[in-house]
Parts: sequence; C-alpha cells; structure tokens
Amino acid sequence: MTQMSDLLTILPVFIVVIWAVLLLLIDLWIPKGRKGITALLAVLGLATALGVDLAIQGQTSFAFNQMVVLDGFSSFLQVVILASGITAIALAYDYLKRMDIEHGEYYVLLLFSIAGMMLMTQAYNLLMVFLSLELLSIPLYVLAGFARSRTESEEAALKYFMLGAFASGFVLYGSAMIFGSTGAIDFPGIVAALNNGSANLILFVIGAALLLVGFGFKVAAVPFQMWTPDVYQGAPSSITAFMSVAVKAAGFAVLLRVFLVLFPSLADKMTPVLWMIAVLTMLVGNVVALAQNNIKRLLAYSSIAHAGYILMAFVGYGNGEVATNSISSALFYLVAYGLTSFGAWALVIAIEKEYGKGLMLEDLSGLGKRYPWLGAAMLIFMLSFAGVPLTMGFWGKFYLFRTAVQAGNVSLALIGLLTSLVSAFYYLRIIVYMFMKPGDRELHIDKWVSLVLVVTALAVVALAVFPGLIFEWAAQAVMLLQ
Amino acid sequence: MPISYFLAISAIMFVVGILGVVLRRNALVMFMSLELMFNAANLIFVTYANYYQVLSGQIFVFFIMAVAAAEVAVGLALMVAIFRNKHSIDIDQMNSLKG
Repeated sequence: MTQMSDLLTILPVFIVVIWAVLLLLIDLWIPKGRKGITALLAVLGLATALGVDLAIQGQTSFAFNQMVVLDGFSSFLQVVILASGITAIALAYDYLKRMDIEHGEYYVLLLFSIAGMMLMTQAYNLLMVFLSLELLSIPLYVLAGFARSRTESEEAALKYFMLGAFASGFVLYGSAMIFGSTGAIDFPGIVAALNNGSANLILFVIGAALLLVGFGFKVAAVPFQMWTPDVYQGAPSSITAFMSVAVKAAGFAVLLRVFLVLFPSLADKMTPVLWMIAVLTMLVGNVVALAQNNIKRLLAYSSIAHAGYILMAFVGYGNGEVATNSISSALFYLVAYGLTSFGAWALVIAIEKEYGKGLMLEDLSGLGKRYPWLGAAMLIFMLSFAGVPLTMGFWGKFYLFRTAVQAGNVSLALIGLLTSLVSAFYYLRIIVYMFMKPGDRELHIDKWVSLVLVVTALAVVALAVFPGLIFEWAAQAVMLLQ
Repeated sequence: MPISYFLAISAIMFVVGILGVVLRRNALVMFMSLELMFNAANLIFVTYANYYQVLSGQIFVFFIMAVAAAEVAVGLALMVAIFRNKHSIDIDQMNSLKG
C-alpha cells in the first residue's frame, strides 16, 4: 500500500509533476503575448520543489517497495537540476519572444522533463530507470523541435529523437539481459542474486555493457557523441543551455548509481573500458572543438570534453576507498561546469540575431570593448572552462585529477591536464575575438539574461575562493549513497 | 521449447533493428527498426518472466509498450512537421547542420 511516507520520499518530484499538469490547464486561460505569466508560474513551482528539496537534505529512505530511494546523492543532484531549470526559464523568456516561438507549452514540457531528471536521480529499480529516462527524453525531443517550420530545429529534433530512441533500445536490451541473468529488476534483488551466485555472469556482463552504451549516448561520451553537435546547434539556444547542464547531470546520476550499486563486481572488466571512453571523450571533444567557427558547435564539443573529465572521476569506481571521493568530485565538477556553461550560453542567447544566425566567432568581434562587463564575465567563464586558477573550473579539475591519481590512474590525470591545455586555445580564441578584433555588434540583453550572467559569473569566482562550501556538501551527499 | 530459441530470435531481432537504424535512410523505416529493437527486449523479458515464474518481467513489458506508443506519437508528429517543410523524410537530406 502507498503510504504518506512514500509520497514524502518523492515530494519534490511530486510537486513538479502536479504543477506541470496544472500549468498545462492554467495556460489555456493565459492570453497569447502574456506567456510571461506561465514562465513565472513555472518558476514558482520549481522554486517550491527546490525549497522542499533543501529542507529534506540529509534524509534517507526507500519508498514504493524500494522502487525509489531518497539519499544525499539524489537530493544534491535534484537541487542542481531544479536550479538549472529555473535558470533555463530565465534564459528562455526573452529569447522565445524574439524568435517568435513563445508558447506556454514550452515551460510545461520543461517541467515534465525536469520531473523525469529528478526521478532519475532517485531510481532504484531498472523499471524506474527506464521510465524516468523516457520522461526526461520525450519532452526534450519536442523542445528541440520547438521552433518548428525552421528546418534546423526540426532536423535537430529528428536526429535527437532517432538517436535518443536508439539509446533507449540499448538501455532496454541491457535491462532485459540483467533481468534474464538475475531474475530481478530491483537493485537489491539483482545484488542479492549476484552475491549468492545464482546469476548468469555472461548475460550480466552483456547487459552491463549495453547499459553503458545506452547511458553513454545520453551523456554524449565518445564514441556515442555524434548527435551532440547537430542537436546543440539546431535546437533553440535556451533549450541547448538546459540540455548541456541538466541532461548531463541526470545522465551521470544514473550512470553513477547503476555502476556503484550493481556493477562493483565487474570493476576489473569495466575499468579499462571506462578508461578508454574517458580518454577518447576528452581527446575528441577538445581536438574537434579547435576547428569550430560556430559558437554553438564549439560549446557542444566543449560539453563533450567536459563529459570526459567527469567520466574520469569514476574510472576507479570499484576501488572502495576512492569511490566516495570520486562521487563528490564528479558532483563538484557538475556544479562548476553547470554554472560556467549557463553563463556562456547566456552570451550565445544575447548575440543570436535571428534563429541560428549571427553565431559565428567573427560575430563576437568588438563585443568586449563595447560591453566591458559582459567581456569580463565571458573571460571568467572561458577561464573557468579551461580550468585556470581563481575560477571554479580550476577546483573542479583539481578534485577530479586528485581522485584519478588516488585511484592510481596517473596517466589519466596527465591526459586530462594535456587536453585542458589544448582546450585553453579555443576558449581563449573566443576572448581574442571579443577584445582584439574591431566590430560594432548590437546585443539583445534582456534583464533576466543579464541577471543570469551576473549571478553565474559571481558564483564562479566566489565559490572558487571557498570551494570547500560545495565540496563538503557533495562529500556528505556521497556517504549516504547505498 | 528450450530457452535458447527465444534468446536467438530476440538477438536476431535486435541486430536487425540496429542494422535497420544504421543502414536505412528513410526515417519511417528507421523508426520501425527502433520498434524492432524494443520488441527484442520485450521478448527477453517475457521469456525470462516465464522461466523464473516472476511477474516483474511481464509488467516491464507493459511499460515498454506504453512508452513506445508515446514515443511513436512524438516521432510521427516530428516526421509530419518535417515532411510539410521538405516534402521528404529522407535522412540523407537532413544536412543543414554541419561543421
């Protein structure tokens, strides 16, 4: 039977889902052209869920017959996801108006997708993993094609849809294999079958590999990254900003949980594979980004590279002593990357003239001189992406590399360091265009976009002075992971 | 019938599905291949649910079918929107995004 305590466990998700359904109805009575009200109401719902989430930090429980779990790990990531949802709405409000695609459904679909992501951090059953994956993805397919009748947006949506469903196929087949091997779909049942030796190990390894492929698509790890640049370029920029942060957070949440709970016994087989994927992701992301002239594509490849750095954290996940550290450093890096990424995408949204136009590097010329504070903010973001000291990105990389060295993967840390050096080249190229080339572009800076710019820039610098604040919190999130 | 028959059929369906998505250029056919992949997973779930005599596998199949239907709705809507625009759903003609 469902009990009150069960509902309390998923209260933030519950609030977001109910609010999304209500908002779908309320939106009918909001006149066209006043869709700002829908945006405001959506933010209100997310803020409520965020408040509840902050209030239940530190609690742990299972609910719905161990279908979902609430622990520090899930509530930490839910805070990240909800905050990025609110930021994404702030970035979208003016952008949608300018691109003439302002419809109330945008915010409702965003809420549904956020609910899926939040559920994903709590999933403790393969069925829940699959359902939350789809709840996350299906609204995003629609959102990627939201600027319909513009070819780029439709094309991005179809590509995202095809490869997203392809990845779901792998996740499903992997789940089926694990079910076949152990006779259970709940995590405790699977672990029990593994421990008492009744599991068919060959099927289990195949299942684990297929799950890795499926989640690899979601977090855009090489060699499953080919959809990322096209989708990031074609989708509305406000959605791309959201995808580059929240989808990654949710993807890594499920990847970490599944690996740490289900696959510790496969660590010796998985570690070389993860090592290879992490190295390839860092290399391909950073090297291909060098050749990009479109800012959206450049940031897409940069997001692939950052997925590689996060993957680096849990190459050594099977090593019990390092496992806690690897989660906290991955979580810290997600926060650092999320803040920086939202800042950079806010600039993309401000310079986009027409849909998908005016986004080449040359279009940045002279912006640094004309808008000095914007140039300063962009400088902070690019330095943080590259991992230069005095920014949050530096501490993110510092913790990651430290974890890799602790796990005995010195080579991995070295490759990470070298690729960071390569990445500094294309990040600084953006700065060179902004400050050293002449140009006289006008920007469209809405008050909400500038608020996002200011807050993220301040946070990236301030949290670099006190990195312990976030890291301590992330470290507590770790210990409660079952 | 031995369980390996079902596994073999399911593996064949899955591989045919993957090949269909990778090799075929028509978005609708690719879409059908995706469904083939989902149904390959369904077959394994049902087979093992019968083998272990547990219901969870069969329940999983119901969820997969429901979600696949939801995905069909979104996928077909996307294809209709693209067909209105380009009068084709050939994936090779989707080349406005490059770099």
